[in-house]
Amino acid sequence: MSHDPNMDSPEHSQERREFLRNTAIAAGAAVAAPGLLISIASATGEGGVTSDTRWGMLIDTDKCADGCTACVTACDKENGIDLVEQPQGNSDEMWEMQRPQWIRKLKLRDKQTGDITNLPMMCQHCEFPPCEDVCPTGASFKRADGIVMVDRHICIGCRYCMMACPYKARSFIHQNVAEQVVNAPRGKGCVESCNLCAHRIDEGQTTTACQDACAAEGHNAILFGDLKDRGSAISKALKSRSSQQVRADLELNTGVRYTNV
Amino acid sequence: MVAVVLIGLAAAFYMEHSGHHVTGMTNHIVWGLPHVFAIFMIVAASGALNVASIGSVFGGPLYKPLGRFSALLAIGLLAGGLFVLLLDLGRPDRLIVAVTTYNFKSIFAWNIFLYTGFFAIVGVYLWTMIDRSVHQHYKVLGFAAFFWRLALTTGTGSIFGFLVAREAYDAAILAPMFIIMSFAYGLAFFIVTLMAAYWWAERSIGDLRMTKLKNLLGVFVGGVLYFVTVYHLTNLYVTQHHGVESFFLASGGIYTVMFWFGQILIGGILPLFLIYSPAFDRSRMAVLVASLLVLVGGFFQIYVIVIGGQAFPMSLFPGKEVLETTMLDGAIAPYTPTFAEAALGVAGIMVAMIMVAVASRMLKVLPDTLEDPADKS
Repeated sequence: MSHDPNMDSPEHSQERREFLRNTAIAAGAAVAAPGLLISIASATGEGGVTSDTRWGMLIDTDKCADGCTACVTACDKENGIDLVEQPQGNSDEMWEMQRPQWIRKLKLRDKQTGDITNLPMMCQHCEFPPCEDVCPTGASFKRADGIVMVDRHICIGCRYCMMACPYKARSFIHQNVAEQVVNAPRGKGCVESCNLCAHRIDEGQTTTACQDACAAEGHNAILFGDLKDRGSAISKALKSRSSQQVRADLELNTGVRYTNV
Repeated sequence: MVAVVLIGLAAAFYMEHSGHHVTGMTNHIVWGLPHVFAIFMIVAASGALNVASIGSVFGGPLYKPLGRFSALLAIGLLAGGLFVLLLDLGRPDRLIVAVTTYNFKSIFAWNIFLYTGFFAIVGVYLWTMIDRSVHQHYKVLGFAAFFWRLALTTGTGSIFGFLVAREAYDAAILAPMFIIMSFAYGLAFFIVTLMAAYWWAERSIGDLRMTKLKNLLGVFVGGVLYFVTVYHLTNLYVTQHHGVESFFLASGGIYTVMFWFGQILIGGILPLFLIYSPAFDRSRMAVLVASLLVLVGGFFQIYVIVIGGQAFPMSLFPGKEVLETTMLDGAIAPYTPTFAEAALGVAGIMVAMIMVAVASRMLKVLPDTLEDPADKS
């Protein structure tokens, strides 16, 4: 290598120091910028969802009509579940056990009295969700506003949450997904469940698809709202009538409550 | 063996490419046959290390020469189990997420550390047994490996023990029960592979050593039966659990048959008879058959726990019967495993056996002779 005597002159030394300094600043900015952007983005997100709110539901089983599945149909449409097709070669029996279901209708009979109860069953949005506890990656999580959902970017499809859920509220996507709706992205090999129409809430709406469908049928069995707002219809209803949690013995403090079960 | 692994890999690719709809697994039986294979091998892996632990931790001189092979088998079985578990994930391509994003409240997340730690500790332990220059650390590593394997099996048992919602699980006894199960399965695997290796190499094993291993297996099998009895007796005491107990012990169809004939008879009573009957006192074949039966019975036991535990319905509304549902509420969930699931599971066992066979050739893990010390003099 040849030696350039000019390189040692004071001017060049100065230039070199400036060059190094600018490079360091540029490199530092390049490293910090994405982090900064991410923190700005998440700060914005956190601004939208706070723990001042806890979304919940009250189901009046006396109003839930025998044979009506309007809530299920509405949920399927809202969340693109009706777009998931039965794989070729799959029997109807297997499809019934493998297709995603976010909400289902149950008809119960009391063994003692013979009384019949109809109700919708879905994710109960526990305050202490077992699915969140067992998820190895944190993909199952509870939002600050009480909605339990799956981050489908980091769900590895281990199904441990499905083992842990006391309500059979979760579905695994067993097949390729061709069509889907924007508000409910779906991927083969991930787990999903009712998210109380989080996309609607985030847009500022105050009802879920199932609630709207139930009301449109004239039943009004589903009441959705903020459990922490003492003035909300759901809080007033919970205060005035006795309600119960499903599997209250587990002390999960569910966000979904039922009356007259 | 390599062909079986390739078929297993093809099966995994088929399952991942098409989606899990090509398996028998559903939203009801979410963990199927691959998980039975995986858990069986992971449980056996920690047990396979026992022979090494007896040599180094408890100072059993007759077991000491067997320590290297024991450690190698433990590593191989764990690798085979994880091979199956990971390839069955809904998104195996996201393995990097699993090892970079943790929820430390999840026993699964802890298990990732327990499994990788097991590889590391047992690997170094094996090194201290082989390389004289690091032999001074052998005792410390022996203790570390022993405690780590206890933690690992506790973690595996806790996968089920922490599932509060399901009646068949949610019992603290599952963790220690898995430990004693691992003792039995691991030792059975060890005896079978050791006898195969020595038969293959036309070497012999001393009678005293065989008798020690045989008696130890008897104690472990008896221990498993004891824990199973306690588990069911405590459940039977609780009225709430009468349903699930009746399902396992009397009315559960295939699961009841697997429990009594597979787990108890094949995996418990017959091996104990072969081990302790004077008629088979010196019979090598009896020890080999007993070990194989323990493995078959153990497989049934894990099947009953994993699949049977999911098949039994969760009770959402006690005192009510379910007239209509689309989610099999209140009903036994059916499950028929497919060929792909079985192929993946068997491939896992082959991965373990290939690893052990290849490493046995490359490393000096098997002593030239396992004749009893007295025989030499």
